[in-house]
Amino acid sequence: MPLVSVRDLKRHYDIRLTGGLFGRRAKLKAVDGVSFDLKMGETLGLVGESGCGKSTTAKLVLGLIPATSGTVSFDGSAVTAAHDAQWRHMRRRMQMIYQDPLGALDRRLPVSAQIGEPIAVHEPHVPADEREARVGEIMTSVGLRADQAASYPHELSGGQRQRVVIARALALQPDFIVCDEPVSALDVSIQAQVLNLLEDLKERNGFTSLFISHDLKVVRQMSDRVAVMYLGMIVEEGPPEDVFHAPMHPYTQALVSAIPTPSRRGKRERIVLEGDPPNPVNKPSGCPFHPRCPSAMSECREFQPMLASHGSRKVACHLRPAPSAGLIAAE
Amino acid sequence: MSTETLPSEQADAGGSVFSSKNVLRVFFEKWPLAVLLALSWIALLVIIVAFAPFIAPYDYLAISLTDRLAPPLFLGGGWAHPLGTDELGRDVLSRLLMSVRISIVIAFLSTLIAATLGVSLGFIAAYFRGKVEQLVLMLIDAQAAMPFMIIALAVLAFFGNSLMLFTILMGFYGWERIARIARGLALSANEQGYATAVRDIGASPWRIYGRHILPNIASTLIVSMTLNFPEVILLESGLSFLGLGVQPPLSSLGNMVGYGRDYIQSAPWIMLAPSVVIVLTTLAISIVGDWLRDLFDPTLS
Repeated sequence: MPLVSVRDLKRHYDIRLTGGLFGRRAKLKAVDGVSFDLKMGETLGLVGESGCGKSTTAKLVLGLIPATSGTVSFDGSAVTAAHDAQWRHMRRRMQMIYQDPLGALDRRLPVSAQIGEPIAVHEPHVPADEREARVGEIMTSVGLRADQAASYPHELSGGQRQRVVIARALALQPDFIVCDEPVSALDVSIQAQVLNLLEDLKERNGFTSLFISHDLKVVRQMSDRVAVMYLGMIVEEGPPEDVFHAPMHPYTQALVSAIPTPSRRGKRERIVLEGDPPNPVNKPSGCPFHPRCPSAMSECREFQPMLASHGSRKVACHLRPAPSAGLIAAE
Repeated sequence: MSTETLPSEQADAGGSVFSSKNVLRVFFEKWPLAVLLALSWIALLVIIVAFAPFIAPYDYLAISLTDRLAPPLFLGGGWAHPLGTDELGRDVLSRLLMSVRISIVIAFLSTLIAATLGVSLGFIAAYFRGKVEQLVLMLIDAQAAMPFMIIALAVLAFFGNSLMLFTILMGFYGWERIARIARGLALSANEQGYATAVRDIGASPWRIYGRHILPNIASTLIVSMTLNFPEVILLESGLSFLGLGVQPPLSSLGNMVGYGRDYIQSAPWIMLAPSVVIVLTTLAISIVGDWLRDLFDPTLS
């Protein structure tokens, strides 16, 4: 049984566009029907360009914001967005690592107090000295020095701050961690350190995670499975080696061709997509990718392709019809 | 410039680009002179509040008609009454000490009441949103729309006057400003990463608001409280001046100014002393408030 199971998750925002006296009403479909499963100990990488709904998906999965429709279940129980006692209790097992470490930390509290906060919240019976000892252990395990316990977030470097955020998320050894672009605000050299740290911690603690990034290399390093998002939908899903070596969806092909690697120069032609990503407010009919797709057909304009299984992977594209009905049934 | 002409201290510093600072300068950088003066003034007030009856040279109610309108020291008076006497021959210094006591206690308690009320209502509005927020905002607007002086006059006229009632009434002065600030700051803090992050950890609203949002917005609240404090002193003075505040035989700073105004031409010292105390106290509280704001901010050290 999967630890996390997401079914047809949607999040629409009602917005007003300029025009007319009071503006026109419109729906912004940030996330529009996302489904995936996460097995215990597995890491799913979620990639896509900015504004495709990656972060919204992360918040929906954790129940931080309510979904318009669809369900998320965690270890058999439904994740709701009502911030009640039961919701708070669930936080013990699911945590988040944020994109902006300075913003996610309280600048008026020393970092040790913030790392120990989950323990203070969920295990209030633990005496203060034991809590401090545990904080010390966690700090060592994420590579922070013990003498940094009393420092404030602004006194630390960007990489150290992200280590503090990671330490706080891991303080209670949660089962499920959502990493929302954990390294995109960091320097490249620090990125590698933090990614290695996350890998080490994952090996040691064995948590399940949803890893969000717009950086394909990062996702490839971190995940067991990768899902590519476009305009609020998953267009391709599968093992990272397959998806990145032999992408099936034209959008993934374009993404992969944009990875800058010196060795590939000359060998592979770069696919440059035409136009900007369409506005999620008025999504194109049919396949949302068809206006930019180099191989769009007439049916792409009319029918939205469903995610169909191809062995270990899934693709939503009319160019790749489901191999046979039997495979889908077996899935 | 040749090496021989280098000043000797620079050679002593072992080539360091930092020159060691004078001890006194370091001290004054940490404790600016204005802050030191303001703090010592407040300390003096605290001592007066605690020990006024023991410091006062005379009983503040003792009338001595033979000593009426004696001028203070700086206007050629004697040491018997350093700040002179009033129209009934009461010692102005003794009355001043007792007035400071009453006025400061009223201002302190009222500001505390206003801050507690304001912050609580502001946080309640920010946390519950919706109808509760509308109600709180309506209360705030109602309070802001009515001149406080009129409310105070009405309440004092209906319920009579006692020191307790007067203090609580003054506590309703300025809460709406603090509530508005607290609500606005809490709303914006809620959108910031640190509050969201703590909520995502699973912390209760008490913890989020008490341990994270309140300390983060405290500097602004402290400044608005230090603005409220002198205003309460002035309001109390105004009401006492009108004869509705602190009632004789008790005396307050405003009360002294109010009764001293009849003699402003013949004996200005009667109202001069309490006026100076009001001005200095207001100034001192503002300076200290500003200094506290910086002191509580760890990023400014």
